[in-house]
Amino acid sequence: MSIEEREVLSKEEVRAKLLQPDVISGSEILLRCLLLEEVECIFGYPGGAVLNIYDAMYGFANINHILTRHEQGAIHAADGYARASGKVGVCIATSGPGATNLVTGIATAFMDSVPLVVITGNVATNFIGTDAFQEADITGITMPITKHNYLVRNVEDLPRVIKEAFYIASTGRKGPVLIDIPKDVSANKIPFHHVDKVDIRGYNPTVMPNKLQVNKLIQAIEQAESPVILAGGGVVYADAQEELLEFVEKTQIPITTTLLGLSGFSSAHPLWMGMPGMHGTYTANMALQNCDLLIGIGARFDDRVTMKLSAFAPKAKIAHIDVDPAEIGKNVKTAIPCVGDVKTVLAVANQTAKKAKSEAWIKHIDQLKAEKPLRYIKSDSELKPQYVIEMLSDTTNGEAFVTTDVGQHQMWVAQYYKFKNPRSMITSGGLGTMGFGFPSAIGAQMAHKGRLVISVNGDGGMQMCAQELAICAIHNIPVKIVVINNQVLGMVRQWQEIIYDNRYSHIDLSGSPDFVKLAEAYGVKGLRATTNEEAQQAWQEALATDGPVLIDFQVRKDENVFPMVTAGSAIDEMIMGDSE
Amino acid sequence: MIKHTISVLVNDQPGVLQRVSGLFGRRGYNIESITVGPSEEMGLSRMVIVTLGDHKTVEQVSKQLYKLIDVIKVVDLSAGAMVARELALIKVNAEPVKRPEILGVIETFRASVVDISPTAMIVQVVGNSDKIDAMVQLLEPYGIRELTRTGVSAMTRG
Repeated sequence: MSIEEREVLSKEEVRAKLLQPDVISGSEILLRCLLLEEVECIFGYPGGAVLNIYDAMYGFANINHILTRHEQGAIHAADGYARASGKVGVCIATSGPGATNLVTGIATAFMDSVPLVVITGNVATNFIGTDAFQEADITGITMPITKHNYLVRNVEDLPRVIKEAFYIASTGRKGPVLIDIPKDVSANKIPFHHVDKVDIRGYNPTVMPNKLQVNKLIQAIEQAESPVILAGGGVVYADAQEELLEFVEKTQIPITTTLLGLSGFSSAHPLWMGMPGMHGTYTANMALQNCDLLIGIGARFDDRVTMKLSAFAPKAKIAHIDVDPAEIGKNVKTAIPCVGDVKTVLAVANQTAKKAKSEAWIKHIDQLKAEKPLRYIKSDSELKPQYVIEMLSDTTNGEAFVTTDVGQHQMWVAQYYKFKNPRSMITSGGLGTMGFGFPSAIGAQMAHKGRLVISVNGDGGMQMCAQELAICAIHNIPVKIVVINNQVLGMVRQWQEIIYDNRYSHIDLSGSPDFVKLAEAYGVKGLRATTNEEAQQAWQEALATDGPVLIDFQVRKDENVFPMVTAGSAIDEMIMGDSE
Repeated sequence: MIKHTISVLVNDQPGVLQRVSGLFGRRGYNIESITVGPSEEMGLSRMVIVTLGDHKTVEQVSKQLYKLIDVIKVVDLSAGAMVARELALIKVNAEPVKRPEILGVIETFRASVVDISPTAMIVQVVGNSDKIDAMVQLLEPYGIRELTRTGVSAMTRG
């Protein structure tokens, strides 16, 4: 289909053209199927085993392919796109090293239940198993980190496999699905027959909850005097924020949101207590430890939330709403299991939900919030990282899409950026992947072209995928790239200070490149700030700039994230640090 | 820790054994034995896995198995009455003078001799694992040259 045709034809006509039973190669089948799945953009990197696919892309005007500078950049971008849009992210890489470069990104998406379809080329079927050039057993390698994967040995299977892959990735507990396509399969030609129905016998995600369990939950709420809701990424992924808000308001239960759940509930709501866990708020952690009913919603009771599991929420009866039955009872003993799609379960619960006896409890929580808010020691002489994040939050009214990398800055974003909109917090929570923050912002921006996307990184993680600055410049992707530059691997430094007795081992990042010059070398505007005033000026300039901007915020080196719960402690055993 | 016998109905696809055994490996579940073969339905295989674990572990095993797309059904056979059988081949030293004595042992176990050579014989024994353990123990004094066991195959009664 030529560019001219694309402009003239209606959506239905394009679809009809794509569905024509022409004799076409596996590569064109792949591209047509992607378009039929309404894929808007693909992030990828070519190579020997995907040459057929890239050849088919040549002149295929409908495919919007972004050439990243590293496969890791491609998959994190696809991940950011998926998290920001709720659609399936798609990336493509060649066999061997191309495929193995995706592994970190696949594991990142798997841990955080992000829907991706990952396409890899492989050597031709008759070479598989011979240690051929650029051969890697990528289906074997990714078995533990994909929701499912396919090695397509016959081109006839391709339409079905692609249909199933999108279905599996985007339903139930979402996750990455990999399709490995040998070079002969992408070359072989057959008459195209689109598959538009899936029939997978071993895969039937539960959507509707068991009514009895929901009734038990409603009863437990009515009797509860100190209930708490722990909401996680599952709320965001199920697009259940409205149902959650209704549930919270009907039941009058204070709520804490996990790192991945942060944008699933407005931080402006009076019943919100902030994030719980290792760097959680005093209020959220104390509430969890003293509640009589704990309702987990799309959260998996991760060790960074529960900390010492045997001491977690000791007085609580636990109810758990989750789409994945394997999460129920995995870490905490659960009295009321509600398996189902979070949005559906909450909608059912909202029909009969009544108020908890929580007036006194809410008063107590408001008191905790007032007594021990998140705070840091402000400074006029030094630029503090928390100040920068607060500034980002205030100037954008908490309404930007924010991606983060991993470490101290990630926790400060979680603490000080006051998220209001669903899907606006994009971070690698489960795997904690450095290098995720910047490329994921490119994906988020591709999903929301007119919106403000801020990528917050440390000076460590920024150097793990900095090469993608090229993409921002070339395609004028207007991400505002924030580098919280403290010249050190801050979170490692914090642990070495507090737990390893000031033995600072291999954390010094001084001598890193000049980030402003680095940005400029790629054709991206670079700005620097070393004081509060400069920070405000540089940020205003960045906001006023149409294209991508990198701002190097040179911040105080020794700042720590507080509160902090050290490994092995219960979540109410917090080191309050500066916030004391 | 209790021994559980789990029956897993799976798609007969390349890599399915790797998916199942890999799941046990990475989640730290133990596999005492695993058998795989065709089932009553074309395109489906049945695995019988013997695993050690408390009730909670086995429940997790089952839930995690169900998350594999190629897994159709998981049944904890040991939760009810089941028939469980294993087959062993035991190559035991058997000089002609010792043979009558060994044959006596074998007969008691309703085992059979499936091969015989001048100095050894192969004994085939079928039964539950305890019976095979006992058979092996009784043949040990004669000198076992080689031993192979199939692992447990099982189904529910009734």
